[in-house]
Amino acid sequence: MADAARDPQQDDTGLLELEDGEDLFPEPGPGPALEESGPASLTTEDLSTNANGPKQASLFDDDPDDLFAEATEEVSLDSPDRDVLLSDGPSPAITPMTPPTSVITPRIGHAHDDMFTHSSFDEIEEEDGGDSFDIHISVSDPEKVGDGMNAYMAYKVTTKTSMSLFKLREFSVRRRFSDFLGLHSKLASKYLHIGYIVPPAPEKSIVGMTKVKVGKEDQSSNEFVEKRRSALERYLMRTVKHPILLKDPDVLQFLESSELPRAVSTQALSSAGLLRMVNKAADAVNKMTIKMNESDAWFEEKQQHFENLDVQLRKLHASVESLVLHRKELSMNMASFAKSAAMLGNSEDHTALSRALSQLAEVEEKIDQLQQDQANADFYFLSELLGDYVRLITAVKGVFDQRMKTWQKWQDSQMMLQKKREAEAKLQFNNKPDKLQQAKDEIKELEMKVQQGERDFEQISKTIRKEVGRFEKERVKDFKSTVIQYLETLLQTQQQMIKYWEAFLPEAKAIS
Amino acid sequence: MLKATLKTKRLHSTQSVSDTPHLPQLSREVKFTVHTKTTLSSFQKPEFSVPRQHEDFIWLHDTLVETEDYAGLIIPPAPPKPDFEGPREKMHKLGEGEATMTKEEYTKMKQELEAEYLAVFKKTVQVHEIFLQRLSSHPILNKDRNFQIFLEYDQDLSVRRKNAKEMFGGFFKNMVKSADEVLISGVKEVDDFFEQEKTFLLDYYSKIKDSTAKAEKMTRSHKNIADDYIRISATLNSLSSDDSTANKKHLEKMSDLFEKLRKVEGRVASDQELKLTELLRYYMRDIQAAKDLLYRRARALADYENSNKALDKARLKSKDIPQAEEHQQQCLQKFDKLSESGKKELTSFKGRRVVAFRKNLIEMAELEIKHAKVRSSIQLYYICFIMCTNELQYAWGICKILCEQI
Repeated sequence: MADAARDPQQDDTGLLELEDGEDLFPEPGPGPALEESGPASLTTEDLSTNANGPKQASLFDDDPDDLFAEATEEVSLDSPDRDVLLSDGPSPAITPMTPPTSVITPRIGHAHDDMFTHSSFDEIEEEDGGDSFDIHISVSDPEKVGDGMNAYMAYKVTTKTSMSLFKLREFSVRRRFSDFLGLHSKLASKYLHIGYIVPPAPEKSIVGMTKVKVGKEDQSSNEFVEKRRSALERYLMRTVKHPILLKDPDVLQFLESSELPRAVSTQALSSAGLLRMVNKAADAVNKMTIKMNESDAWFEEKQQHFENLDVQLRKLHASVESLVLHRKELSMNMASFAKSAAMLGNSEDHTALSRALSQLAEVEEKIDQLQQDQANADFYFLSELLGDYVRLITAVKGVFDQRMKTWQKWQDSQMMLQKKREAEAKLQFNNKPDKLQQAKDEIKELEMKVQQGERDFEQISKTIRKEVGRFEKERVKDFKSTVIQYLETLLQTQQQMIKYWEAFLPEAKAIS
Repeated sequence: MLKATLKTKRLHSTQSVSDTPHLPQLSREVKFTVHTKTTLSSFQKPEFSVPRQHEDFIWLHDTLVETEDYAGLIIPPAPPKPDFEGPREKMHKLGEGEATMTKEEYTKMKQELEAEYLAVFKKTVQVHEIFLQRLSSHPILNKDRNFQIFLEYDQDLSVRRKNAKEMFGGFFKNMVKSADEVLISGVKEVDDFFEQEKTFLLDYYSKIKDSTAKAEKMTRSHKNIADDYIRISATLNSLSSDDSTANKKHLEKMSDLFEKLRKVEGRVASDQELKLTELLRYYMRDIQAAKDLLYRRARALADYENSNKALDKARLKSKDIPQAEEHQQQCLQKFDKLSESGKKELTSFKGRRVVAFRKNLIEMAELEIKHAKVRSSIQLYYICFIMCTNELQYAWGICKILCEQI
């Protein structure tokens, strides 16, 4: 009934489909005409003049760029829809890659990892020893050991592998957080200065750990432990994915041996900790003073690229954190609304309406639970991933800095050589034979040093190029698989929501 | 037949430097045009329009409340003032954050702002129109002289309004303050029906007020999520434009995905607002109007009892008996009239309420289902697409897997 009398301008004033350039506030046009051309005697209050229902459909179809305007109603993938989805998409460029050898198994989670791991690792230039990369690490069973301020959480680290590098195919050890930090600091000291990107370990958190130590068995400390467990798992997986790091004896010892010397130097207030802080400050100052002549455009471009990436990822991370927060808020608000609606249903004296209101309360409560779960998914998939990458990018930038330091060393020894040569020339001129010999020896030493410096610089540059290439590939894979997992959770949430509301609808219709 | 409809002009300020909309600061900046179509002979013309402001509606409402003859009726609640606080806040935030946002982000947020602005307009027009429609459909109220003036008088009503306000303004306010107290303190109720109604309405009112507040919070959360999606979408866009790896397409698509999701989220928020929150808000005000009726009746009962006491006293003193009797009769008549019409009004009110709730709950459920389905389709499409860019077989496989899940 409302359709017939609808002002033709209705569609323009639709809530959200505003074409670009359309003047939202036409001068002096008639505004939204809400005509209710109903019968004169309005016995029922039609609150929704113009019934937003039918209008919605037209709004959605308005969008000319809406690729799936036709797919607004159907969800189940029966053949006709499937064809629509696939045929409307862009024609995929099927590159002449060998099809994957692994068959698609009906497991969602790990299926992605395996499939993609296979194909992209074929492209990596160095295939070490013919061993296919097959290792999976999980961190589980957090257990509190000890009491009071000396207490700590011990995690079970389980490795499943078929690689010949390891003695067994499946084994597990117990580790605590400082062990992980110790591993990272060992790897960093060995590999960072020659240009390998060492994945950063999860951050310390004094507040979080104190709560756990004190023994509060509540929601937030459980969440903290879970967050940490998940972070540790990702850290280990990233570390072993690196072909060089995987073979490192420290890594192997970490994964395999049941006893590990306690990494005391990772404590914040230890002497080693203080030393680290001093070094960090010194590095920061140096960075500002080193002015490197960049002869290689590739490096300049990459550095810029990583700077940009850093900024953007941080921004994205912040937005996703905000999303998580708001979704949690939504869940809370829904829960309180559900309670309120239930109370309203109780005081309602019309039985059918009362029942419907109680049902509404139940639906809202179930959905709030869904939203809560979704918020967790948002967090674990997106937010943590982004956080990891923000830290990784910092590590990458660190590697570039190392290259600068190496260059600096090389330049320094070159300058020293230059000085010594000048000194030698002077000595020759002044004819001092004994000092001359000494000078000649020093010069020989320095020449070797300069050569070594140059070699080091070239080596680190080469390594970095490889590392960056590997890093980018990993990043692509990582993001893709995580995005897919995330989308799947979104999808499942929506399916559930549909079920709940469809169950509610007959209750609403039963009000008489 | 009497039909009143409402139009409004959105304002476009030519002085504003930026191209952001000019938000009305005061409710008198919102101008309505009331258009009436009628076959009643009491009107001069069969069809006519007049300009009105929000204050005119309030004036009409107040005069109806003050009219003694209508004491036994539920006077439709006055429409609330147009509230542009939400869009105004958003505009402020937009202005502040302009420097830090990318161009696309800014454009999108501006779109959201305009959508919200429009939504507020829509809501306020709707709520004013409903007020008029209830009046025009009420057999007694639609004959009210002031209502007619409201519809027909083609000059500015503000002069007339001022006089009325001086007379009634303060009085009305005092009445409202003590209404609940009188009801609760319990003038002794003689009629079971009214006793029940009183208990029910008092309880229901506080519950529905609470529900309204909670529903408003829910809507706010949905809107916040939509805003987050905008920012995420914009950042993903920047990331994809910087990217030269295989990630580029994925990022673009993710950005698209979030853009589409935020549109859906925005709609969910506004649908929920219109179907649920507005429904609760409206009935909260309507129940207040019903409570006012009960209050008036309680006052009449108190008057009647007082008149009885006065009559007894007069009889005792043998003084002024006929006046006392007359007064007592009047009070009784008034009370009976209020009770009779009150009963009718309250019964039809219940029916109205049930019908409205039913309609809105059904519509809301249907919309929620629709939105959830839309979201699902979007997500499914993107999952498949992301896989499509590499291997067609993967896509097919995943689709199959997901079908099984569904």
